[in-house]
Amino acid sequence: MRKLTGALLASAIAATPVMADPVDDTLILNEEITLVTRTEAPEHVADVLGEIISGWHFRGTETRAMQADDFDNPGMIFVEQAEEVWNTAEGSEGKSCASCHGASEDMAGVRPVYPKWNEAAGEVRTLEMQINDCRENQMGADKWKYTGGDMVNMTALIASVSRGMPVNVAIDGPAQSTWEAGKELYYTRTGQLEMACSSCHEANYGNMIRADHLSQGHINGFPTYRLKNTKLNAVHARFKGCVRDTRAETFSPGSPEFVALELYVASRGNGLAVEGPSVRN
Amino acid sequence: MERTFLAIFALTASTISLGAEEIAPTAVTFVDGSIETSLTGMPGDPVKGRDIVSDKSLGNCVACHEVTDLADVPFHGNIGPMLDGAGERWSEAELRGIVANAKIMFEDSMMPSFYKTEGFIRPGNAYTGKAADETFGPLLSAQQIEDVVAYLVTLTEY
Ligand code: HEC
Ligand code: HEC
Repeated sequence: MRKLTGALLASAIAATPVMADPVDDTLILNEEITLVTRTEAPEHVADVLGEIISGWHFRGTETRAMQADDFDNPGMIFVEQAEEVWNTAEGSEGKSCASCHGASEDMAGVRPVYPKWNEAAGEVRTLEMQINDCRENQMGADKWKYTGGDMVNMTALIASVSRGMPVNVAIDGPAQSTWEAGKELYYTRTGQLEMACSSCHEANYGNMIRADHLSQGHINGFPTYRLKNTKLNAVHARFKGCVRDTRAETFSPGSPEFVALELYVASRGNGLAVEGPSVRN
Repeated sequence: MERTFLAIFALTASTISLGAEEIAPTAVTFVDGSIETSLTGMPGDPVKGRDIVSDKSLGNCVACHEVTDLADVPFHGNIGPMLDGAGERWSEAELRGIVANAKIMFEDSMMPSFYKTEGFIRPGNAYTGKAADETFGPLLSAQQIEDVVAYLVTLTEY
Protein backbone atom coordinates (compact mmCIF):
# COMPACT_ATOMS: atom_id res chain seq x y z
CA MET A 1 0.00 0.00 0.00
CA ARG A 2 2.69 2.41 0.99
CA LYS A 3 4.67 1.54 -2.13
CA LEU A 4 1.73 2.20 -4.35
CA THR A 5 1.14 5.60 -2.81
CA GLY A 6 4.82 6.35 -3.29
CA ALA A 7 4.68 5.53 -6.98
CA LEU A 8 1.54 7.58 -7.43
CA LEU A 9 3.12 10.47 -5.62
CA ALA A 10 6.24 10.30 -7.76
CA SER A 11 4.26 10.58 -10.95
CA ALA A 12 2.14 13.36 -9.51
CA ILE A 13 5.26 15.28 -8.58
CA ALA A 14 6.72 14.96 -12.06
CA ALA A 15 3.70 16.67 -13.53
CA THR A 16 2.84 19.11 -10.76
CA PRO A 17 5.05 22.06 -9.95
CA VAL A 18 6.61 21.77 -6.54
CA MET A 19 4.88 23.96 -3.98
CA ALA A 20 7.06 26.93 -4.31
CA ASP A 21 6.38 29.47 -1.61
CA PRO A 22 9.40 30.90 0.17
CA VAL A 23 10.25 28.62 3.08
CA ASP A 24 9.18 29.74 6.52
CA ASP A 25 12.43 29.59 8.49
CA THR A 26 14.73 31.76 10.58
CA LEU A 27 18.39 32.34 9.77
CA ILE A 28 20.39 32.22 12.97
CA LEU A 29 24.07 32.64 12.24
CA ASN A 30 26.41 30.44 14.29
CA GLU A 31 23.61 30.02 16.83
CA GLU A 32 24.27 33.61 17.80
CA ILE A 33 22.73 36.33 15.68
CA THR A 34 19.33 36.26 14.03
CA LEU A 35 19.47 37.83 10.59
CA VAL A 36 16.57 39.81 9.12
CA THR A 37 15.69 37.78 6.03
CA ARG A 38 12.20 39.15 5.47
CA THR A 39 10.83 42.54 6.31
CA GLU A 40 8.57 45.31 5.14
CA ALA A 41 9.53 46.69 1.72
CA PRO A 42 11.23 50.09 1.70
CA GLU A 43 9.02 52.96 0.60
CA HIS A 44 10.42 53.18 -2.93
CA VAL A 45 9.33 49.61 -3.79
CA ALA A 46 6.26 49.37 -1.55
CA ASP A 47 4.01 49.80 -4.60
CA VAL A 48 5.31 46.55 -6.15
CA LEU A 49 6.48 44.37 -3.24
CA GLY A 50 4.63 44.01 0.04
CA GLU A 51 7.49 42.28 1.78
CA ILE A 52 11.12 41.88 0.83
CA ILE A 53 12.45 38.35 1.19
CA SER A 54 16.05 37.18 1.04
CA GLY A 55 17.02 34.58 -1.57
CA TRP A 56 17.91 32.33 1.40
CA HIS A 57 14.19 31.51 1.85
CA PHE A 58 13.99 30.15 -1.70
CA ARG A 59 16.77 27.61 -1.28
CA GLY A 60 16.60 24.02 -0.04
CA THR A 61 16.95 22.86 3.55
CA GLU A 62 20.60 21.80 3.23
CA THR A 63 21.67 24.91 1.39
CA ARG A 64 20.04 27.05 4.05
CA ALA A 65 21.73 25.08 6.82
CA MET A 66 25.17 25.46 5.21
CA GLN A 67 24.88 29.21 5.39
CA ALA A 68 23.86 29.21 9.03
CA ASP A 69 27.20 27.90 10.27
CA ASP A 70 30.59 29.33 9.36
CA PHE A 71 32.20 25.89 9.57
CA ASP A 72 29.78 24.57 6.96
CA ASN A 73 29.79 27.64 4.73
CA PRO A 74 32.36 27.02 1.97
CA GLY A 75 32.43 30.76 1.31
CA MET A 76 34.22 31.30 4.61
CA ILE A 77 37.36 29.60 3.27
CA PHE A 78 37.71 32.48 0.84
CA VAL A 79 37.09 34.96 3.62
CA GLU A 80 40.07 33.47 5.46
CA GLN A 81 42.22 33.78 2.35
CA ALA A 82 41.22 37.42 2.02
CA GLU A 83 42.07 38.03 5.68
CA GLU A 84 45.65 37.14 4.86
CA VAL A 85 45.69 39.47 1.87
CA TRP A 86 44.18 42.21 4.05
CA ASN A 87 47.28 42.11 6.22
CA THR A 88 49.85 41.74 3.45
CA ALA A 89 51.72 44.81 2.18
CA GLU A 90 51.76 45.18 -1.59
CA GLY A 91 52.66 47.77 -4.20
CA SER A 92 55.13 50.66 -4.36
CA GLU A 93 53.94 52.23 -1.09
CA GLY A 94 54.60 49.12 0.97
CA LYS A 95 51.16 49.24 2.53
CA SER A 96 48.48 46.67 3.24
CA CYS A 97 44.78 47.33 3.67
CA ALA A 98 45.39 47.04 7.42
CA SER A 99 47.94 49.87 7.30
CA CYS A 100 45.15 52.35 6.66
CA HIS A 101 42.04 50.59 7.94
CA GLY A 102 43.18 48.55 10.95
CA ALA A 103 41.57 45.20 11.57
CA SER A 104 39.16 43.83 8.97
CA GLU A 105 36.42 43.88 11.65
CA ASP A 106 36.76 47.65 11.69
CA MET A 107 35.13 47.61 8.24
CA ALA A 108 31.80 46.65 9.84
CA GLY A 109 29.18 49.03 8.48
CA VAL A 110 30.84 49.53 5.09
CA ARG A 111 29.10 46.85 3.02
CA PRO A 112 25.53 47.93 3.90
CA VAL A 113 25.94 51.41 2.37
CA TYR A 114 27.58 50.44 -0.95
CA PRO A 115 27.20 51.36 -3.79
CA LYS A 116 27.69 54.88 -2.52
CA TRP A 117 28.25 58.37 -3.88
CA ASN A 118 31.90 59.46 -3.81
CA GLU A 119 32.08 63.23 -3.60
CA ALA A 120 35.71 63.63 -4.71
CA ALA A 121 35.28 61.35 -7.71
CA GLY A 122 31.82 62.70 -8.53
CA GLU A 123 30.41 59.22 -9.13
CA VAL A 124 28.57 56.35 -7.49
CA ARG A 125 31.09 53.70 -6.53
CA THR A 126 30.71 50.02 -5.85
CA LEU A 127 32.82 48.30 -3.22
CA GLU A 128 34.96 46.84 -6.00
CA MET A 129 35.64 50.29 -7.45
CA GLN A 130 36.65 51.57 -4.02
CA ILE A 131 38.95 48.61 -3.41
CA ASN A 132 40.69 49.17 -6.74
CA ASP A 133 41.01 52.88 -6.00
CA CYS A 134 42.79 52.01 -2.74
CA ARG A 135 45.05 49.57 -4.53
CA GLU A 136 46.05 52.03 -7.23
CA ASN A 137 46.20 55.29 -5.36
CA GLN A 138 47.01 54.33 -1.75
CA MET A 139 49.10 51.20 -2.21
CA GLY A 140 50.59 51.73 -5.66
CA ALA A 141 49.49 48.22 -6.56
CA ASP A 142 47.84 46.84 -9.68
CA LYS A 143 44.06 46.88 -9.97
CA TRP A 144 42.28 43.59 -9.53
CA LYS A 145 40.02 42.19 -12.23
CA TYR A 146 36.47 43.31 -11.41
CA THR A 147 34.99 39.85 -10.82
CA GLY A 148 38.30 38.01 -10.35
CA GLY A 149 39.15 35.75 -7.42
CA ASP A 150 41.18 38.27 -5.38
CA MET A 151 38.44 40.85 -5.70
CA VAL A 152 35.51 38.61 -4.89
CA ASN A 153 37.37 37.17 -1.88
CA MET A 154 38.04 40.65 -0.53
CA THR A 155 34.40 41.68 -0.96
CA ALA A 156 33.45 38.50 0.93
CA LEU A 157 35.69 39.48 3.84
CA ILE A 158 34.27 43.01 3.93
CA ALA A 159 30.69 41.71 3.71
CA SER A 160 31.28 39.06 6.39
CA VAL A 161 32.13 41.59 9.08
CA SER A 162 28.81 43.38 8.44
CA ARG A 163 26.62 40.31 8.57
CA GLY A 164 23.40 41.09 10.37
CA MET A 165 23.53 44.82 9.68
CA PRO A 166 20.68 46.09 7.49
CA VAL A 167 21.39 47.06 3.89
CA ASN A 168 20.98 50.81 3.73
CA VAL A 169 22.06 52.40 0.45
CA ALA A 170 21.26 56.05 -0.20
CA ILE A 171 19.17 56.70 -3.29
CA ASP A 172 18.62 60.42 -3.02
CA GLY A 173 20.87 63.44 -3.40
CA PRO A 174 23.72 63.02 -5.87
CA ALA A 175 23.06 59.26 -6.21
CA GLN A 176 19.53 59.77 -7.47
CA SER A 177 20.21 59.98 -11.20
CA THR A 178 22.29 56.79 -11.06
CA TRP A 179 19.48 55.11 -9.12
CA GLU A 180 16.96 56.21 -11.77
CA ALA A 181 19.18 54.82 -14.52
CA GLY A 182 19.38 51.52 -12.66
CA LYS A 183 15.63 51.42 -12.24
CA GLU A 184 15.17 51.97 -15.96
CA LEU A 185 17.44 49.00 -16.68
CA TYR A 186 15.63 46.83 -14.13
CA TYR A 187 12.36 47.23 -15.99
CA THR A 188 13.69 47.06 -19.57
CA ARG A 189 12.77 43.86 -21.37
CA THR A 190 15.95 42.79 -23.12
CA GLY A 191 17.10 40.12 -25.51
CA GLN A 192 15.28 37.79 -27.82
CA LEU A 193 13.24 36.46 -24.88
CA GLU A 194 12.22 40.04 -23.99
CA MET A 195 12.48 39.68 -20.26
CA ALA A 196 13.35 42.27 -17.64
CA CYS A 197 14.70 41.65 -14.14
CA SER A 198 11.17 42.43 -12.99
CA SER A 199 9.68 39.68 -15.21
CA CYS A 200 11.36 37.03 -13.10
CA HIS A 201 12.12 38.63 -9.74
CA GLU A 202 9.10 40.88 -9.23
CA ALA A 203 6.21 39.37 -11.22
CA ASN A 204 7.17 35.72 -10.69
CA TYR A 205 9.16 35.23 -7.49
CA GLY A 206 8.01 32.08 -5.76
CA ASN A 207 7.24 30.46 -9.12
CA MET A 208 9.30 27.81 -10.84
CA ILE A 209 11.05 28.48 -14.14
CA ARG A 210 11.89 24.93 -15.15
CA ALA A 211 13.90 23.63 -12.15
CA ASP A 212 14.69 27.06 -10.71
CA HIS A 213 12.77 28.52 -7.81
CA LEU A 214 12.65 32.25 -8.50
CA SER A 215 13.58 34.57 -5.65
CA GLN A 216 13.21 38.34 -5.50
CA GLY A 217 16.78 38.63 -6.79
CA HIS A 218 18.22 40.62 -3.87
CA ILE A 219 21.96 41.16 -3.48
CA ASN A 220 22.20 41.29 0.32
CA GLY A 221 23.81 37.83 0.21
CA PHE A 222 26.67 38.69 -2.14
CA PRO A 223 29.13 37.43 -2.87
CA THR A 224 27.38 34.07 -3.00
CA TYR A 225 29.05 30.70 -2.83
CA ARG A 226 27.20 28.68 -5.48
CA LEU A 227 27.06 24.91 -5.24
CA LYS A 228 26.71 24.93 -9.02
CA ASN A 229 30.18 26.32 -9.73
CA THR A 230 31.74 25.84 -6.28
CA LYS A 231 33.16 29.33 -5.99
CA LEU A 232 32.23 32.79 -4.84
CA ASN A 233 30.18 34.76 -7.36
CA ALA A 234 30.22 38.54 -7.64
CA VAL A 235 27.09 40.63 -8.09
CA HIS A 236 27.98 41.74 -11.61
CA ALA A 237 28.75 38.15 -12.65
CA ARG A 238 25.23 37.20 -11.55
CA PHE A 239 23.73 40.17 -13.42
CA LYS A 240 25.64 39.11 -16.51
CA GLY A 241 24.31 35.56 -16.26
CA CYS A 242 20.73 36.70 -15.82
CA VAL A 243 20.92 39.10 -18.78
CA ARG A 244 22.60 36.44 -20.94
CA ASP A 245 19.69 34.12 -20.10
CA THR A 246 17.30 36.50 -21.81
CA ARG A 247 19.31 35.88 -25.02
CA ALA A 248 20.59 39.44 -24.83
CA GLU A 249 23.91 41.16 -25.37
CA THR A 250 25.05 41.71 -21.78
CA PHE A 251 26.81 44.66 -20.19
CA SER A 252 30.30 44.17 -18.77
CA PRO A 253 31.08 43.76 -15.09
CA GLY A 254 32.06 47.17 -13.75
CA SER A 255 30.27 49.03 -16.54
CA PRO A 256 28.31 52.18 -15.64
CA GLU A 257 25.11 50.28 -16.50
CA PHE A 258 25.79 47.49 -14.01
CA VAL A 259 26.95 49.96 -11.35
CA ALA A 260 23.61 51.78 -11.69
CA LEU A 261 21.71 48.50 -11.70
CA GLU A 262 23.57 47.39 -8.57
CA LEU A 263 22.59 50.56 -6.73
CA TYR A 264 18.96 50.09 -7.71
CA VAL A 265 18.83 46.36 -6.89
CA ALA A 266 20.63 46.96 -3.57
CA SER A 267 18.05 49.62 -2.69
CA ARG A 268 15.19 47.17 -3.22
CA GLY A 269 16.75 45.16 -0.39
CA ASN A 270 17.19 48.08 2.02
CA GLY A 271 16.31 46.58 5.42
CA LEU A 272 17.45 43.02 4.76
CA ALA A 273 20.51 41.89 6.70
CA VAL A 274 23.86 41.63 4.94
CA GLU A 275 24.46 37.88 4.47
CA GLY A 276 27.60 37.68 2.35
CA PRO A 277 29.11 35.25 1.75
CA SER A 278 25.79 33.44 1.38
CA VAL A 279 25.25 29.94 0.00
CA ARG A 280 23.05 29.40 -3.05
CA ASN A 281 22.59 26.64 -5.61
CA MET B 1 25.44 20.66 -31.24
CA GLU B 2 21.72 21.29 -31.39
CA ARG B 3 22.36 25.01 -30.98
CA THR B 4 24.71 25.05 -33.95
CA PHE B 5 22.16 23.27 -35.98
CA LEU B 6 19.50 25.76 -34.99
CA ALA B 7 21.72 28.69 -35.83
CA ILE B 8 22.43 27.29 -39.28
CA PHE B 9 18.78 26.67 -39.75
CA ALA B 10 17.88 30.19 -38.75
CA LEU B 11 20.37 31.54 -41.27
CA THR B 12 18.80 29.51 -44.00
CA ALA B 13 15.33 30.56 -43.03
CA SER B 14 16.04 34.26 -42.86
CA THR B 15 18.43 34.89 -45.73
CA ILE B 16 17.69 32.43 -48.47
CA SER B 17 14.37 32.85 -50.24
CA LEU B 18 11.80 30.63 -48.63
CA GLY B 19 9.85 27.77 -50.07
CA ALA B 20 6.89 29.04 -52.07
CA GLU B 21 4.35 28.69 -49.23
CA GLU B 22 6.46 29.79 -46.28
CA ILE B 23 5.49 33.06 -44.58
CA ALA B 24 8.47 34.99 -43.18
CA PRO B 25 8.32 36.24 -39.56
CA THR B 26 8.03 39.82 -40.82
CA ALA B 27 5.14 38.99 -43.18
CA VAL B 28 2.75 37.28 -40.77
CA THR B 29 -0.80 38.67 -40.53
CA PHE B 30 -2.49 38.53 -37.15
CA VAL B 31 -6.26 38.82 -36.79
CA ASP B 32 -7.26 39.32 -33.15
CA GLY B 33 -4.05 37.61 -32.10
CA SER B 34 -4.65 34.61 -34.39
CA ILE B 35 -2.89 33.45 -37.55
CA GLU B 36 -5.43 31.87 -39.88
CA THR B 37 -3.25 29.92 -42.27
CA SER B 38 -0.35 27.53 -41.85
CA LEU B 39 3.03 29.30 -41.96
CA THR B 40 4.38 26.63 -44.29
CA GLY B 41 1.27 25.55 -46.16
CA MET B 42 1.92 22.11 -44.72
CA PRO B 43 0.39 20.34 -41.75
CA GLY B 44 2.48 20.12 -38.57
CA ASP B 45 3.72 16.90 -37.01
CA PRO B 46 2.36 16.51 -33.45
CA VAL B 47 5.08 14.01 -32.50
CA LYS B 48 7.83 16.45 -33.41
CA GLY B 49 5.80 19.19 -31.74
CA ARG B 50 5.79 17.24 -28.49
CA ASP B 51 9.61 17.12 -28.59
CA ILE B 52 9.91 20.82 -29.32
CA VAL B 53 7.63 21.70 -26.41
CA SER B 54 9.76 19.59 -24.01
CA ASP B 55 13.28 20.17 -25.31
CA LYS B 56 15.36 22.68 -23.42
CA SER B 57 17.25 23.74 -26.55
CA LEU B 58 14.09 24.10 -28.68
CA GLY B 59 10.76 25.46 -27.46
CA ASN B 60 11.43 24.72 -23.80
CA CYS B 61 7.76 25.49 -23.18
CA VAL B 62 7.78 23.38 -20.02
CA ALA B 63 10.15 25.95 -18.50
CA CYS B 64 6.98 27.92 -17.85
CA HIS B 65 4.05 25.54 -18.47
CA GLU B 66 2.93 22.36 -16.87
CA VAL B 67 1.59 19.65 -19.23
CA THR B 68 0.26 16.37 -17.84
CA ASP B 69 0.95 14.59 -21.14
CA LEU B 70 4.66 15.42 -20.65
CA ALA B 71 4.90 13.95 -17.14
CA ASP B 72 7.94 11.97 -18.36
CA VAL B 73 9.86 15.23 -18.81
CA PRO B 74 11.31 16.47 -15.49
CA PHE B 75 10.78 19.96 -14.04
CA HIS B 76 7.83 21.84 -15.39
CA GLY B 77 7.60 25.50 -14.47
CA ASN B 78 4.48 27.35 -13.39
CA ILE B 79 4.95 30.85 -14.80
CA GLY B 80 2.22 30.36 -17.40
CA PRO B 81 -1.08 28.47 -17.24
CA MET B 82 -1.22 24.70 -17.34
CA LEU B 83 -1.54 23.63 -21.01
CA ASP B 84 -3.91 20.71 -20.41
CA GLY B 85 -7.04 21.46 -22.42
CA ALA B 86 -5.35 24.20 -24.51
CA GLY B 87 -6.62 22.47 -27.67
CA GLU B 88 -10.12 22.76 -26.25
CA ARG B 89 -9.86 26.39 -25.12
CA TRP B 90 -8.28 27.74 -28.30
CA SER B 91 -8.72 27.22 -32.02
CA GLU B 92 -5.79 26.16 -34.18
CA ALA B 93 -5.50 29.70 -35.57
CA GLU B 94 -5.44 31.15 -32.07
CA LEU B 95 -2.80 28.68 -30.93
CA ARG B 96 -0.65 29.54 -33.96
CA GLY B 97 -0.91 33.22 -33.07
CA ILE B 98 -0.07 32.58 -29.39
CA VAL B 99 3.01 30.50 -30.18
CA ALA B 100 4.24 32.86 -32.92
CA ASN B 101 3.78 36.01 -30.85
CA ALA B 102 1.84 35.68 -27.60
CA LYS B 103 2.12 39.40 -26.88
CA ILE B 104 -0.53 40.13 -29.49
CA MET B 105 -3.13 37.92 -27.78
CA PHE B 106 -1.93 38.70 -24.25
CA GLU B 107 -0.67 42.23 -23.87
CA ASP B 108 2.73 42.46 -22.09
CA SER B 109 2.88 38.70 -21.68
CA MET B 110 6.10 37.25 -20.32
CA MET B 111 5.86 34.50 -22.94
CA PRO B 112 8.61 34.87 -25.55
CA SER B 113 7.64 35.48 -29.19
CA PHE B 114 8.79 32.40 -31.02
CA TYR B 115 8.35 33.64 -34.59
CA LYS B 116 9.62 37.18 -34.55
CA THR B 117 12.91 38.70 -35.74
CA GLU B 118 12.58 42.43 -35.18
CA GLY B 119 12.02 44.97 -32.44
CA PHE B 120 14.28 43.52 -29.72
CA ILE B 121 16.37 45.54 -27.26
CA ARG B 122 20.01 44.35 -27.19
CA PRO B 123 19.32 41.06 -28.95
CA GLY B 124 22.06 38.52 -28.30
CA ASN B 125 23.63 35.65 -30.17
CA ALA B 126 21.68 32.83 -28.49
CA TYR B 127 22.99 32.37 -24.90
CA THR B 128 26.53 33.67 -25.47
CA GLY B 129 25.91 37.14 -24.02
CA LYS B 130 27.40 38.57 -27.22
CA ALA B 131 25.54 40.75 -29.71
CA ALA B 132 23.36 39.11 -32.33
CA ASP B 133 25.06 38.56 -35.67
CA GLU B 134 23.89 37.60 -39.14
CA THR B 135 22.82 34.14 -37.94
CA PHE B 136 19.99 35.72 -35.93
CA GLY B 137 16.65 34.12 -36.70
CA PRO B 138 13.34 33.35 -34.98
CA LEU B 139 13.37 31.09 -31.90
CA LEU B 140 11.49 28.43 -33.87
CA SER B 141 11.24 27.90 -37.63
CA ALA B 142 7.92 28.09 -39.47
CA GLN B 143 7.68 24.30 -39.61
CA GLN B 144 8.54 23.98 -35.92
CA ILE B 145 5.74 26.42 -35.09
CA GLU B 146 3.35 24.28 -37.13
CA ASP B 147 4.56 21.14 -35.32
CA VAL B 148 4.00 22.75 -31.92
CA VAL B 149 0.52 23.90 -32.95
CA ALA B 150 -0.29 20.39 -34.20
CA TYR B 151 0.70 19.06 -30.78
CA LEU B 152 -1.24 21.70 -28.80
CA VAL B 153 -4.38 20.88 -30.77
CA THR B 154 -4.19 17.35 -29.32
CA LEU B 155 -4.28 18.66 -25.72
CA THR B 156 -8.04 18.49 -25.38
CA GLU B 157 -8.22 16.84 -21.98
CA TYR B 158 -8.17 18.51 -18.61
C1 HEC C 1 14.61 34.42 -17.16
C2 HEC C 1 14.47 34.69 -15.77
C3 HEC C 1 15.37 35.73 -15.12
C4 HEC C 1 15.59 37.04 -15.46
C5 HEC C 1 14.98 37.81 -16.62
C6 HEC C 1 16.50 37.57 -14.48
N1 HEC C 1 16.85 36.61 -13.57
FE1 HEC C 1 17.97 36.86 -11.89
N2 HEC C 1 17.77 34.89 -11.45
C7 HEC C 1 17.04 33.96 -12.19
C8 HEC C 1 17.14 32.66 -11.57
C9 HEC C 1 16.49 31.37 -12.07
C10 HEC C 1 17.95 32.82 -10.42
C11 HEC C 1 18.35 31.76 -9.39
C12 HEC C 1 17.23 31.58 -8.39
C13 HEC C 1 16.91 32.86 -7.66
O1 HEC C 1 17.61 33.24 -6.70
O2 HEC C 1 15.96 33.56 -8.07
C14 HEC C 1 18.32 34.24 -10.37
C15 HEC C 1 19.09 34.83 -9.36
C16 HEC C 1 19.37 36.17 -9.26
C17 HEC C 1 20.10 36.76 -8.16
C18 HEC C 1 20.68 36.01 -6.96
C19 HEC C 1 19.76 36.08 -5.79
C20 HEC C 1 20.34 35.39 -4.57
O3 HEC C 1 19.69 35.43 -3.52
O4 HEC C 1 21.41 34.83 -4.64
C21 HEC C 1 20.17 38.09 -8.42
C22 HEC C 1 20.86 39.14 -7.57
C23 HEC C 1 19.49 38.32 -9.67
N3 HEC C 1 19.01 37.14 -10.15
C24 HEC C 1 19.34 39.57 -10.27
C25 HEC C 1 18.77 39.77 -11.54
C26 HEC C 1 18.77 41.03 -12.24
C27 HEC C 1 19.35 42.31 -11.69
C28 HEC C 1 18.17 40.83 -13.44
C29 HEC C 1 18.01 41.75 -14.61
C30 HEC C 1 19.20 42.32 -15.14
C31 HEC C 1 17.73 39.45 -13.46
N4 HEC C 1 18.13 38.83 -12.30
C32 HEC C 1 17.00 38.87 -14.49
C33 HEC C 1 16.30 34.23 -13.32
C34 HEC C 1 16.20 35.46 -13.95
C1 HEC D 1 8.83 32.46 -20.04
C2 HEC D 1 7.55 31.90 -19.91
C3 HEC D 1 6.85 31.18 -21.05
C4 HEC D 1 7.37 30.33 -22.02
C5 HEC D 1 8.81 29.91 -22.21
C6 HEC D 1 6.25 29.89 -22.80
N1 HEC D 1 5.11 30.44 -22.33
FE1 HEC D 1 3.19 30.09 -23.03
N2 HEC D 1 2.43 31.44 -21.69
C7 HEC D 1 3.16 32.10 -20.72
C8 HEC D 1 2.25 32.94 -19.96
C9 HEC D 1 2.66 33.83 -18.78
C10 HEC D 1 0.96 32.76 -20.51
C11 HEC D 1 -0.35 33.41 -20.07
C12 HEC D 1 -0.73 34.52 -20.97
C13 HEC D 1 -0.47 35.84 -20.32
O1 HEC D 1 0.67 36.31 -20.40
O2 HEC D 1 -1.38 36.40 -19.72
C14 HEC D 1 1.12 31.82 -21.60
C15 HEC D 1 0.05 31.35 -22.37
C16 HEC D 1 0.14 30.29 -23.28
C17 HEC D 1 -0.99 29.65 -23.93
C18 HEC D 1 -2.45 29.95 -23.68
C19 HEC D 1 -2.75 29.26 -22.36
C20 HEC D 1 -4.18 28.87 -22.13
O3 HEC D 1 -4.48 27.73 -22.37
O4 HEC D 1 -4.95 29.73 -21.73
C21 HEC D 1 -0.49 28.67 -24.73
C22 HEC D 1 -1.27 27.71 -25.60
C23 HEC D 1 0.96 28.70 -24.59
N3 HEC D 1 1.30 29.70 -23.69
C24 HEC D 1 1.83 27.84 -25.24
C25 HEC D 1 3.21 27.89 -25.15
C26 HEC D 1 4.11 27.11 -25.96
C27 HEC D 1 3.68 26.08 -26.96
C28 HEC D 1 5.38 27.49 -25.64
C29 HEC D 1 6.70 27.08 -26.24
C30 HEC D 1 6.83 27.01 -27.66
C31 HEC D 1 5.28 28.45 -24.56
N4 HEC D 1 3.94 28.68 -24.31
C32 HEC D 1 6.37 29.03 -23.89
C33 HEC D 1 4.52 31.98 -20.49
C34 HEC D 1 5.42 31.24 -21.26
